[in-house]
Amino acid sequence: MAELIFNLSKEGKCAFSLPQSQVPSYEIDEMYTRKDDAQLPQVSEVDVIRHFTNISRRNYGVDQGFYPLGSCTMKYNPKLNEDVAKLPGLNSLHPYQPEYQVQGALEAAYELTRYLCEITGMSGATLQPAAGAHGEMTGIMIIKAYHQSRNDYKRTKMIVPDSAHGTNPASAATAGYEVVQVKSDEKGLVDINALSAMMDDETAGLMLTNPNTLGLFESNITKIAKIVHDKGGLLYYDGANLNAIMGIARPFDMGFDVVHLNLHKTMSTPHGGGGPGSGPVCVREDLTRFLPKPVICKKGESYYLDYDRKDSIGRVRAFYGNYLVYVRALSYILTMGPEGLKSASETAVLNANYIMAGVKDNFVIPYDRFCMHEFVLSGIEQKEKYGVSTLDMAKRLLDYGYHPPTIYFPMIVHEGMMIEPTETESKETLDEFIGVLNKIAKEAKEDAQLLHDAPHNTYVRRLDEVTAARNPILKWEKEQDE
Amino acid sequence: MRYIPVTDRDREEMLSRCGADSIEYLFSSIPEEVRLKRPLNLPSAKSEMELIRYMQSVAAKNSNTNGYACFLGAGAYDHYIPSVISHLISRQEFFTAYTPYQPEISQGTLTAIFEYQTMICELTGMDVSNASMYDGASALAEACVISSYSSRKKSEIIIVEDMHPEYKETVETYLKFRGIKYMSMTVEQLMNADLTNTAGVCVQYPSFYGDIYDMERIGSYVKQSGSLLIVCANPVALALLKSPRDFGADFVVGEGQPLGMPLGFGGPYLGFFACTKEHMRKMPGRIVGKTTDVDGKTAYVLTLQAREQHIRREKATSNICSNQALCALMATIYLSVTGKEGFKQVAKRCVDNAHYVYEGLLKTGRFEKTSDMPFFHEFTVKPKEDIASLNKYLYKNGFIGGLETERGWLIAVTEKRTKEEMDEFIKRAGEFNG
Repeated sequence: MAELIFNLSKEGKCAFSLPQSQVPSYEIDEMYTRKDDAQLPQVSEVDVIRHFTNISRRNYGVDQGFYPLGSCTMKYNPKLNEDVAKLPGLNSLHPYQPEYQVQGALEAAYELTRYLCEITGMSGATLQPAAGAHGEMTGIMIIKAYHQSRNDYKRTKMIVPDSAHGTNPASAATAGYEVVQVKSDEKGLVDINALSAMMDDETAGLMLTNPNTLGLFESNITKIAKIVHDKGGLLYYDGANLNAIMGIARPFDMGFDVVHLNLHKTMSTPHGGGGPGSGPVCVREDLTRFLPKPVICKKGESYYLDYDRKDSIGRVRAFYGNYLVYVRALSYILTMGPEGLKSASETAVLNANYIMAGVKDNFVIPYDRFCMHEFVLSGIEQKEKYGVSTLDMAKRLLDYGYHPPTIYFPMIVHEGMMIEPTETESKETLDEFIGVLNKIAKEAKEDAQLLHDAPHNTYVRRLDEVTAARNPILKWEKEQDE
Repeated sequence: MRYIPVTDRDREEMLSRCGADSIEYLFSSIPEEVRLKRPLNLPSAKSEMELIRYMQSVAAKNSNTNGYACFLGAGAYDHYIPSVISHLISRQEFFTAYTPYQPEISQGTLTAIFEYQTMICELTGMDVSNASMYDGASALAEACVISSYSSRKKSEIIIVEDMHPEYKETVETYLKFRGIKYMSMTVEQLMNADLTNTAGVCVQYPSFYGDIYDMERIGSYVKQSGSLLIVCANPVALALLKSPRDFGADFVVGEGQPLGMPLGFGGPYLGFFACTKEHMRKMPGRIVGKTTDVDGKTAYVLTLQAREQHIRREKATSNICSNQALCALMATIYLSVTGKEGFKQVAKRCVDNAHYVYEGLLKTGRFEKTSDMPFFHEFTVKPKEDIASLNKYLYKNGFIGGLETERGWLIAVTEKRTKEEMDEFIKRAGEFNG
């Protein structure tokens, strides 16, 4: 069977037609034109439909089944929001149409910023960042702009916990900071003494996820905020785990100064196989002047884009962000309402605790107390006793029709498996998953080879990733295909 | 609650299994002092009917490009989007999947990205392409950062003027926070500039105002000075215009929105990013490579991950994680549907239409030329009248007019415009009198 669309190509096929031209042809001087055509495929419309339909069937989506991918909040993506994003009055607007032609679009964006501020406790927001990491970069730049506005140029470091997402240190580096790592204590929380010792007047702040990547709430959060603030630093909230606390606790009230949200996690917008996401940043009142420009504002009954902001960090991309992604988030928030969002967080936390309770007899739970919306188990026992790795177990889950949890993260847990069920899963789904995880624990004991060889039932099996990286083939070439 | 399937009875059973007597109990690690002691101040929950009615009312306050013929471009273009794109990308397997970290169950996305990379390489003439960036502006900014870091002796960046102003601002943000020096200058200044400290020069192709420069002249000067050439290209123009490889580009980036994405009030769009083999291991973002599985079956996988944040943390070449995968899929389907011939026809029709409108506007005698350079589908003219008022007048007559810029009225004409629309547009624009 043809693997790639290029293999279907045949001279003379075309899936496209334009109306007859009624204007004269114009030829650009050939000193400016290309000699060889780009070798795009020549295929029929049926070829296109069949090819992409067939390859899509080698994927696995949330609509198919359970996706307990820790830190990724793979909740159900409501179909209604797709209809909203397809309304021509939102979908077919040019970003440079004058404000009087797009009042509704600006209103929707403005309302969303207000709701996000209410959920986080903050005072102002930008919707410009296109994804979580983009939001992190924006937020850290705002922190840097704040320090520099006070003529404080000596702060060159940013503290990040050892359990942090990889994007945190990488984002701090994009804003020009040196990254220093604070360790976790035996309870899985930020080590307060280590933090105190580290925090000084050369440190710009601390980036924190709360609940953290172990699924534990940083109970010392007010103490942490005080340590950071007393030394003149700012506290950054990575919103990846916001799904645990909506309507229950707010980052501002915990002492955070800057927050980014992942609308493609918490607010149910689809992941699309790796984006587009949306990573708005919310800030406390005195930091609003540093937000990227333009900021969407309201005057009387009309909405406008404010470009006149001299302290702004500048732009982080063109236009106003992933608009059609964040109108989906707006629809979601309006559908859920205040009680619905709170109930989502409560149920997400309940679901995670329920799975943890269901598997704790067969797996090591390194931090054995109530978790928030996710928890991390360790496959250390399976590894040491039977030589079965967490990777083996994750691959075995594929055979049972699940997307595996996040594995080997956070790095402070050996053979870690991070499980986040979200609130959109029923008790029946959780019961089945618990049954399968326990069954895999049994298989590890009885038939390790079965797990080493997993997956058995997928379209392809384990891949040779080493050769792929050593000898990269990154595009299709006619010669090499023959 | 529509999206929460756990019943009250389930809740009881589950709590008891967890050893908790209430939901509240599960949250006991959150200190009292940081709890929110009131409901969130948000509008109350809307039913499906209420929600769609409300969003329709919001959408109805906007004038969209279905009702108004759009002559506005400047980085976002009103091209025709073939019907199959929306049908195919709406398949849940593509739409609701995560990043393809589990290749065994992600061959759909991985295969499509591999095809996308191939197509971007074909258009740009580059050796390698990544899986996508956020948009054209951020893709350009990342190329500038990498260029600056790629040489020990040279670190400064030159931005050739007539770059999209928002791209320029984005590049400035990315560079200033990293402490990288940059300056901007005209093409003529560049051709006399001392590039000893210049790591990279970025040029938009065609320029923000639509001009097609003599890129060979620019390329050879930049290369001769040992600096890198970063080209920010319109992908549709690349169907006809000289391939950036032919004038020595090291990086080719740009905005992929014209390849089948809706205008969407500015996003989500698609940043494409391609470069020569030499820079492959410094590229930002995800890259898909071809390999085999244990049974020898061909398969695709995320590769060269040692560049990326989840492995390298603060030493990564970029912090990018989620990208614009679904938009890359749209571009892949668009380029498959239009194909080798259709894509050229789209580009050619843009050229024909844009030149028709250009000549027509000049003929009215109400507009002045602003450039003698060749152009693709976008150009500026200087109207005798105030541009905002002219656009308002056109709006009343069913048109979304061009952008007001420093050099005049920036007009883009795509293959979508009919002769009737163009004739009427020219007539209305020509008749407007204060």
